[in-house]
Amino acid sequence: MREIKSSASYRDKAGAASAKAAAFGEDIDLSTYVSSTEEQPYLADPSQLPARAKEQMLRVGVGLDDVTQRSGTFIQMDNTPVHSLSRQEGIEVMTVSQALEKYNWLPDYWWQAVAVDDDKYTAHVELNQNNGYFIRALPGYKTIYPVQACLYLAKAQLAQNVHNIIIAEENSELHIITGCTTALGEEPGLHLGVSEFYIKRGAKVTFTMIHSWNPEIAVRPRTGIIIEEDGLLLNNYVIMRPVHSLQTNPIAKCIGENAIVRSNTIMAAAPGSMMDTGFRAILDAKGSRAEIISRVITTGGAIISRGYLEGNAPEVKGHLECNGLILLGGGIIHAIPELKGTLAGIDLSHEAAIGKIAEEELEYLMARGLTRSEATATIVRGFLKVEVEGLPPMLNAELQRAIEASEKEFM
Amino acid sequence: MLEVKQLTIAVEGKEILHDINLHIGTGETHILFGPNGSGKTTLLMAIMGFPKYQVVKGNIIFKGKDVTRLPLDERASLGIGMSFQRPPVIHGVKTCDMVGVSLRNREDRATVDRLAKRANMVELLERDINYGFSGGEIKRSELMQLLAQKPELTLLDEPESGVDLVNVALIGKLINDLLEKDYRIRTRKCMGLIITHTGYILDYVNARTGYVMLDGRIICEGDPHEILVTIKEKGYEECAECVK
Repeated sequence: MREIKSSASYRDKAGAASAKAAAFGEDIDLSTYVSSTEEQPYLADPSQLPARAKEQMLRVGVGLDDVTQRSGTFIQMDNTPVHSLSRQEGIEVMTVSQALEKYNWLPDYWWQAVAVDDDKYTAHVELNQNNGYFIRALPGYKTIYPVQACLYLAKAQLAQNVHNIIIAEENSELHIITGCTTALGEEPGLHLGVSEFYIKRGAKVTFTMIHSWNPEIAVRPRTGIIIEEDGLLLNNYVIMRPVHSLQTNPIAKCIGENAIVRSNTIMAAAPGSMMDTGFRAILDAKGSRAEIISRVITTGGAIISRGYLEGNAPEVKGHLECNGLILLGGGIIHAIPELKGTLAGIDLSHEAAIGKIAEEELEYLMARGLTRSEATATIVRGFLKVEVEGLPPMLNAELQRAIEASEKEFM
Repeated sequence: MLEVKQLTIAVEGKEILHDINLHIGTGETHILFGPNGSGKTTLLMAIMGFPKYQVVKGNIIFKGKDVTRLPLDERASLGIGMSFQRPPVIHGVKTCDMVGVSLRNREDRATVDRLAKRANMVELLERDINYGFSGGEIKRSELMQLLAQKPELTLLDEPESGVDLVNVALIGKLINDLLEKDYRIRTRKCMGLIITHTGYILDYVNARTGYVMLDGRIICEGDPHEILVTIKEKGYEECAECVK
C-alpha cells in the first residue's frame, strides 16, 4: 500500500487527539476495526469490476458500464484506489497520494478545511492514512459531465480511511457525484471520510453525495469547505437506506465576498438507524449567502437534524429549513436549528417543522381514487422532492432518480 | 343512479343531517340550495365518504350498490368524484401529477396537457398543487382533475363562488363537459349534485330538480329555477314558512 506523506506536526496533533470524542454522535470504539486490507489490482477498465459491486455502485449514482457521460471516474475498494481517470481536458482525477507526489503545493491544502485534531476520527484518518481522491478543475475549465467517485466497503470489520481533496480553481465549474456504499449485507464496518473543498474566486461546485450502507455500519464523514469571492457550492446529501450510526456536520466557510453555499439533505431512518447530521455555514465575507435545507423522514429510526448559520459580515443572508415527517411510531426527529449573528444588518432566519402526513392531504388524493398507501407514497415522494436551484438539469434528474430508487426500497 | 335513503349524519358526535332522501337518476343533475351552515357541504362529504362524516342511519346506494360503509377511495374508484372548496396545498406534488393521478396514468402527459389547455391551466401545471392559486384557479384545477377522473357522479360545492364573470363562463363549460350536457338525454350517463348560492351555474347546466336544505333537512324539492327566484325574492325565511 502506498504511504501518504504527511508532516510530523500533523502526526503529532493526530496522536494527541486519537482518543478525543466527537462533539456529537455515539462514540465508536476504533480498536474493534482493522485498517489494513490486501492490495487490490488497478483496473484500467472499471467495467471489469464484479457485477455485484457495479450493481451496488449504480444504486448510488456511479455507473461503470457506460462512462461516456462522465468527465472522470474514481473508484476505491476498501482502502485501495482501483481506478482513477479523467476523461476531460482541464479536469484532474487521481488518488491523493499521486497528487501529493505530483504537486509540491498540495500540503498547503492538507488539513486546512478540516482540523486534523477535530476528533478521534480525523486523527484516525491521519494516523492510518490510506488514500482518497483528488479532483481538481483547472482555472476556467468547466466539466461537461459530472465526475463520479465511489468509496466502496467490501471487507467486514474494516475501517475505511479516506482523505479527499477537491479544488475548483478560479472561474472553473466542477460537478461531482459521490456514491458511498458496501458489499456487506449485515456485517459491521466503519467509513471515515475526510473531504476538503477549496472553491476559488468565481468557481462553482455541485457535489451530490449518495450513501447506501447496512444496519451494522458506522459512518463518520468529516467535511470542510472554503469558498472564495463569488464562489458557489451546491451540496446535496441523500441517505435513504439503513445505517447503524451516522454522524456528520460539514462546515462551509464563505471567506470571499458574495460567496454562496446551498445545502440539501434528504434522509430516511429505518428502525435501528441513528442519524445525526447537520450543516454549518459561516458567513465571514460581505454579501455571502447560505441556504440549508433538510427533509427527513423516519419509520422508526432516530434522526437529529442540525443546522448552524453564523453571520459575521455586512449584508450576509442565510436561511435554514428543517422539515421532518414521522411516518410510524417509535421514530424520533430532533431538529436543532441555530443562528448566530455578530453585527447589525445581517439577515438570518430559520424554520423547522416536524409532523405527520396531514389527513386532509391523504383524503384529497384518496378522493381521486388512490388507496391510502398510494396516497402516502405520493405525499412522501413530494415531501422529499427538493428543487435545487442552480443544479444542472442532468444532475437534477440523476439526483431525483437516486431518491426515487431509494424510495421504492424504503416505502 | 344515486339513492340516498333516510340518511342521518353526525360529525364528532353531533347530528348535522337528519333523514335525508334524494334520488338522482342516470344522466340527471340536481341542485342543492340552502343558507350557510344548513348542511349542504356535509351531505356532499358524506356521499363522497369522508371518514369524519359518520353515518348514524340510512343508506347511500350508487349504481345499485350500497356504498354506505365503503371507504373514500373505493367510492372514487366506483365513479364518485368531488370538487373541493378549499383543497390543501401538497408540497412537491405538482398540478400535473394530480391530473395524472386522476387519470390513473401518470405517464399520459399528452392528455394532461390537453385537459390543462381546456381548463386554461397550462401555466400552473408545474406548480405545487393549489399553492398560491386564486379562487378561479382552484375551481379550474378541481374541474380539470375531475375531467381526468371522469366520475359518473360529480359533487360540486359552489363551483362559481369567488370566480369572476369571465371565469364563470369557462367553469360553466367545463361542468357541461363533465356532466355531458351536450349529449342526448338518453345517452347521458353522468350525474351531478351541485351546491349553489348565486344560481349563476343554472345557466350552464341542465338541471330540472332542486332542493332546499334548512337545518340539516331537505324541506323542499322542485324546479331549481323557480326555487332560485323565490329565494332571491323572499329569502330562505319564505322556504321555512312555506313548509309550516
